[in-house]
Order: sequence, then C-alpha cells, then structure tokens
Amino acid sequence: MKIRATEAFIKCLEEQNVDTIFGYPGGAIIDLYDDLYDCQTIKHILVRHEQAAVHAADAFARVRGEVGVALVTSGPGATNTVTGIASAYCDSIPIVVFTGQVPTGLIGNDAFQEVDIVGITRPCTKHNYLVKDPKDLVATIREAFHIARTGRPGPVLVDLPKDVMAAKVDFNEPKPVDMRTYKPTYEPHLGQIQKACKAILKAKKPVLYVGGGVIASNASDDLTELAKSLGIPVTMTLMGLGGFPGTDALSMGMLGMHGTYYSNMAVANCDVLIAVGARFDDRVTGKISAFAPRAEIIHIDIDPTSISKNVKVGIPIVADCKHALASMNNWFKREESCNAAAEREKHAPWLEQIKAWKSEHPLGYVEETDVIKPQFVVQKLHELTGGDAIITTEVGQNQMWAAQFYHFNHPRHFMTSGGLGVMGYGFPAAIGAQMAAPDKVVIDIAGDGSIQMNIQELATARHNKLPVKIAILNNSFLGMVRQWQELFYDKKYSSTPLETAPDFVKLAEAYGAVGLRATKPSEVEAVIKEALATDNTVIMDFVISREEGVYPMVPAGKATTEMLLV
Amino acid sequence: MKHTISVLLQNKPGVLSRVTGLFSGRGFNIESLSVAPTLQEKNVSCLTLVTDGEDAIIEQITKQLHKLIDVIKVTDISEQEYVEREMALVRVKAEPASRAEVLRIVDIFRGRVVDVSPKSFAVEVTGTGDKVKAMIDLLRPIGVQEIIRTGTIAMTRASKKY
Repeated sequence: MKIRATEAFIKCLEEQNVDTIFGYPGGAIIDLYDDLYDCQTIKHILVRHEQAAVHAADAFARVRGEVGVALVTSGPGATNTVTGIASAYCDSIPIVVFTGQVPTGLIGNDAFQEVDIVGITRPCTKHNYLVKDPKDLVATIREAFHIARTGRPGPVLVDLPKDVMAAKVDFNEPKPVDMRTYKPTYEPHLGQIQKACKAILKAKKPVLYVGGGVIASNASDDLTELAKSLGIPVTMTLMGLGGFPGTDALSMGMLGMHGTYYSNMAVANCDVLIAVGARFDDRVTGKISAFAPRAEIIHIDIDPTSISKNVKVGIPIVADCKHALASMNNWFKREESCNAAAEREKHAPWLEQIKAWKSEHPLGYVEETDVIKPQFVVQKLHELTGGDAIITTEVGQNQMWAAQFYHFNHPRHFMTSGGLGVMGYGFPAAIGAQMAAPDKVVIDIAGDGSIQMNIQELATARHNKLPVKIAILNNSFLGMVRQWQELFYDKKYSSTPLETAPDFVKLAEAYGAVGLRATKPSEVEAVIKEALATDNTVIMDFVISREEGVYPMVPAGKATTEMLLV
Repeated sequence: MKHTISVLLQNKPGVLSRVTGLFSGRGFNIESLSVAPTLQEKNVSCLTLVTDGEDAIIEQITKQLHKLIDVIKVTDISEQEYVEREMALVRVKAEPASRAEVLRIVDIFRGRVVDVSPKSFAVEVTGTGDKVKAMIDLLRPIGVQEIIRTGTIAMTRASKKY
C-alpha cells in the first residue's frame, strides 16, 4: 500500500522509538513539517539556530543511550548543522540528521538554497545518503539509524529532496537491517582476551585508561568490576569521565594535558596500560615517545582504525568494550592461577605510590576570600547537587574546570564536545539533556565567551519551560587562549579580552529567564541554591578572578610528565 | 615502500569521492588510481590504487578503507605474489625518416600502432610501469607529442599447487 513519503518518514521514526526531535523548518522541508504539525507521538523542539538542533540531539543521545535526531532545511539550514555533525563524529555520538534538499530535477543547478550537503559532510559523518528515488526512502532511513547506533556510533546524514518527500511510497514492515559491507565486530577474540589477562596478572603497576567507548557501550559496571576485583587504578579521558566513579579511591581522575599529576605520573610509570574505548588522542598522550614508555599496552576498541594509529599496541582487542570487559572478568573468575585478593595485595605498593604522588601534588587551587575562584564554583555545584546533576560544558577553561572538579560518579552525566572542542556546545546540549531527562538537574558550565555562541537558545529553553541552569564562569576573557598567551606568547593578549559583554542578568530577564550574579565567594552558595530552587531557566553569572589558569598543564608536544603545576 | 591496494566497492553515487576524500583528508598519498565495474558481480567496482608509506601508514590506509560503509573488501596485493599492468597511449612523431625506427621500438615492447597520420603514430603499450616508461624513454629522442597513461591494475597470482 502506498502512503505519503512524509507519513512513511514519521512511521520510520516511530519504529525507532524516537519521541523527540530538534529542528528548524524551511522551504525544502516544509512538507515534512506539515505532517509533524499533526503528529502526536513525536515532539518537535524548535531551536533558534540549526547548529543547536544537532548539539541538542547529540546530548539527548548521550543521556538516553539512543539515537538523537535533528531535522533542518536545505542550503543554510544544512550547512549550519556541519559543526554539530563534526562534533558528534569526533565524539562517536549516534545521531541522524535529516536535511531538506531542492527537488531532484534542480539538483546541480545552483538552485535557491541548494548546497551539496552530502559532499560537504562526507568526511565528518559515519555515512550519508541522498535519497534520489522515493522507493529508497524507507530502507535508507532504517539503514541510517542502524549505522548510527551500531559499531562505533556516529552521525549519519540523510538528504531529502522536496519532490521525494512529496511522493507516495511503499511502506513495508521492518526487518532487521543486514548490510553486506557493514558488520561491526562485537565479540572479542578469546585468544587475545587470554593474552591480555595473562599480561595483567604479570603486572605490578597496571593502569586502566578509560575513554568514551566505555560509556557508549554501557560498560561501566564491567569496568568497575575489573578495576575493583583486581585493585587496578583508573584514569579517564575527558570523554570517559563518569565511566568509573570519580569519587572512588581507585579513580585518579583525568589524564593528559589538564589531567591530574598522579594520573600522568601513573601512566608514565605503569608496566601494563589497559586502554578501554579510548583513542590515544594528542591531548592525552602529549609527546608520543614519552607516553607509557615502559608499558605493555592492551587496547580494547570496536574501531580497528583506532588501534595502533598513534601508539603501537602490543595486545589489540577489536570488540565492543562491554563484551571484552565481561569476557576478561569471566576469565579472571575461572582462571585458577588468579587470586583476586592476592592481586589486590600485589598492587598495594603501586597504589601507595600513586597516593604519594597525589599528596605531593593534589588537584587544587589557591583559595582567596575576596575574588571567586572558578574551581570553587564547580566544587560548590558538585556539593549542592550531590554530584548527581547532568553537567554540560562549553569549551575552554570552563570545560577543564568542570572535568577536574565535578567528580562524576555515573556515566551519561557529562556532556562535552571532547574531540572537536565546540564553543557553543554546552547550552544547546543542556536543552537536549533536559528533554531526555526532565527530572534531572541539568547545568551548563560555561564561559562568558562560549555562552555567547549559542545564547539565542534561551528562547528555546524558555519556550519549552526547561529549568536548565547556566553557570557562567565570567572572567571577561577567552580564558584558555589567554592562558596560552600568558604562558607562551609573552602575555600578548591578542583578541582575547572580552570587556564588552552583555549584562547576563538582564539578558536572562529579557528572555523571561532568571538572572543571578555573584561577585564574592560568600555569594556563590546562595546563588546556586536559589538557582536550583527556581523552576525556570537560570543564568548564574559568576564574576571570577580574571587571570586564573587551568593547572596542571602539559604544554603542547611535551611529555605528560612535564607538567606545569599550580 | 610502494603498495598496490585492491578495493572492491559497491557502485554507489559518491563512493569514489569517499575513497579519494579519505586519502586527501588524512594526508595519504595516491600515486595512481584505476577504477571500473568488475562485471563479475552487479553494482560492484574494483578500484586499484598505488600508494607509498611506512607499514603503519599502510595499515591505517587499509583499515580506514575498510571502515567506509560502501567498501566490500580491501586487499594489499603487494603483500602477495601478483601481476600488475599499466597501459599508455603515446603519440610520437613519425616522419618518413623515423617511421621504421618507431615501429621497431614499438615492436620490441610488443606495442601496437592504433592511429596513423602522415606525421605521427599513436601507439599502445601495456606492461609494468617500468616497461611502459622504458618504451617512452626510447621514443623521446624521436619526438613524443602526447602521453596518456592509465593507473596500475593488479591481480594476485593463483596458487601453483595442483
């Protein structure tokens, strides 16, 4: 039976259990919006800029562990999504972005609002499609969701010409998608698992190095079991935060450029490094030759291209993190030569050493009584939310302070543009997160620079009555770039002072949101408490010490042991 | 080191630019590229490319190619025994005094004349890249006017066991 393509589109989304999409209408996608108007099952959130639709879909996907969806029109609508798509690609976040396109007969004619978005996004999507024939529509949408969700997740773009969406199509009942050329490997090779486990048993100074793959594959429990049963300390990448409880004694926090002293020292001195769903990014490794130089490296990753890309790996395991970790846990339980208590005992001196490093250089900052320290704000946010809020961040110092001082205990509670580093991610992400989890406290930890990159979304938050909280760590600087200029460019603050800024309190009020400000440390707690008690969108403007830096810091290209400390 | 990589892919719009975009985006070299439908199977093309790089780079290239959704199979042919061929069409000056010399050289390389004019021959030659180059080098003093070369195509040798 033939139905309208727009109807088939909605049915396809329903069969994927999509209940919320983020988008912005336009001429080429107007037919679909006509159907959405009457749709009861799918809530459409109208953003105020298409980039925000993609970031919101990204965070929605992270919180729910499902596929996020964005819907935009052709031309500028499509190009505005590119940053969001590229960010989701770097962070392996499953989203499907639908873009309108000019009618097939006009494609290639430089028509009004025409752009080759499939060509533009080819290098920053996991896969993308232009649906030229209405009969391919349904199968393409099903494939798009399948590809986005499975294997190493990622964004998929589907370009929908106007005439295709105005056509009638056959709608067949779904059957499992089976693609000849795409079969991700989930199950680990058991020989490799055994090799890895034996290497771990030999280790005296092991370290677990955990990335976003652990969160994507819902492997936190399996990871925690492995770490705790054998007493292996854990360090996490920015994307891995929350993959292991941040307040656990075995957690060393983040590693890398702004990682903790003890994480970087532990990695530099370990004898076995177990990388789980992480990709040896340059911000993590610093100088490659000095990264874990004494360690046998085990690397679990579902994406074979991640393995031995930057750092040569001795024991590669291509698999889903959850399957691989479960398999290792089983091996240790069955193996007679493995006595978990004895292993923990064996690692005790190593944990003592890490403790010593930690007390030598704990994560900290110089407290002051008259100016607000940004780290103090993050600590207070942690304390007053019981460490249980969903935190999104912008990019720069705000992001690093959030990562360092909000000790995430649960997966899917920290949303940040880790790989691409998108300023303007945090606020739309907070909107997406709040839509995904209406009962959670959602806070965007922002800077005064990056919040202005998607500030228009205050209207979206307000319109949907989302009680999202924005904590601006306001230093009237593009702080991270300023910090680099301070350290490496003779304090030449080229284009980083942001003295001309809106009054964020008034700005909030202009949108019908609530604006609060703290200028002294003594005011911080009251402001946060009031914000948390307010059932409205709130901007908290924390005027912080202007030239505070993020430390520790490993200068780019240096070994991670060459840290600049507080 | 030079590697010849054979890629079977689904013949879909844009698939070639997925491959070339991967190479340019990641800074990998393509020395030559040749692609056509296999005819063995519907909608499947075979792409042969020659690239240069250290082992770690070649490993990344093959893995990244395999990661493309439309790619069916990736083989580093140069890891095995294989045969490779290139073809060139060469237009060479052929005036009364040099016509016989051109024909002799072409004959030695088992080439063929495919177009004749009063002042030139167009000749076709196939072989390894070295052989094609050797013939062109010999023709140069006589006056080469135009050269069109294909990329390399290659096939692994079959097992010699009975």
